[in-house]
Amino acid sequence: MSELIAKSPCAGLLPAEAGGLRLSEAELGALTTLAPFRGAEKAATRALKAAHGLAWPEPGQATGEANKRAIWFGRAHVLLAGPAPDASLARHAALTDQSDGWAAVRLEGAGLEHALARLVPIDTRPAALSPGRTARTQLGHMTVSLTRLEEHAVLILAFRSMAATLVHELKTAMEAVAARG
Amino acid sequence: MRIACPLCGDRDRREFYIQGAALARPAPEAGEDAWQDYVYLRDNPAGETRELWYHEAGCGAWLVVTRDTVSHEVRAVTLAERGLP
Repeated sequence: MSELIAKSPCAGLLPAEAGGLRLSEAELGALTTLAPFRGAEKAATRALKAAHGLAWPEPGQATGEANKRAIWFGRAHVLLAGPAPDASLARHAALTDQSDGWAAVRLEGAGLEHALARLVPIDTRPAALSPGRTARTQLGHMTVSLTRLEEHAVLILAFRSMAATLVHELKTAMEAVAARG
Repeated sequence: MRIACPLCGDRDRREFYIQGAALARPAPEAGEDAWQDYVYLRDNPAGETRELWYHEAGCGAWLVVTRDTVSHEVRAVTLAERGLP
């Protein structure tokens, strides 16, 4: 049996830097979507708190820290990023492993919203998208999950099959902003 | 045109897909006439209209959007899972 070497979604594409902005691949660990069964929302909230110590995120919210996050991921969906889901969650929610399905990149640097403004139709300035806030929206023609981690850092998730497009779009925008001086 | 998604907030038209008129579905035994009307008969109002929209590039929720076809004003947006307003 040959040993296969796993490649990350953005292998060979990142990191990249332009105009004080840095784009790098984010290592999130296991990705699992939690979709609570009808009427089990409160039980799922309690189970997530008990099993992983994470608050259930409200729409537009992301909770947790660097290696363990719960990110709101759409209507009745939460993305658990980091730990493998505890078995107790399966009683209250449908769990779907998404680990190899998403390309995750981290864009950091002061003024990153100027690069994002060229691609994303929503207001991504800290006043509108503050640390701990997340949004499902578009980046170019791709649907993405956009989360502000810190004042000058955002996490962007796109379908893995679109990783090269994601990096290309972001690099082009970063370079275009840098060229303005 | 902008639609205020109850989950995501005010969003651009490009994030949404329109499905069509939001109608109450007749009971299965309601008879051919009721189903004929439900499937085929549509009003084309100059004024208030109620439609189903899908937030396909956002949260993935189905929305019931009440809007005015004359002024393009969007009057109300609710989650379709809560039923017709």
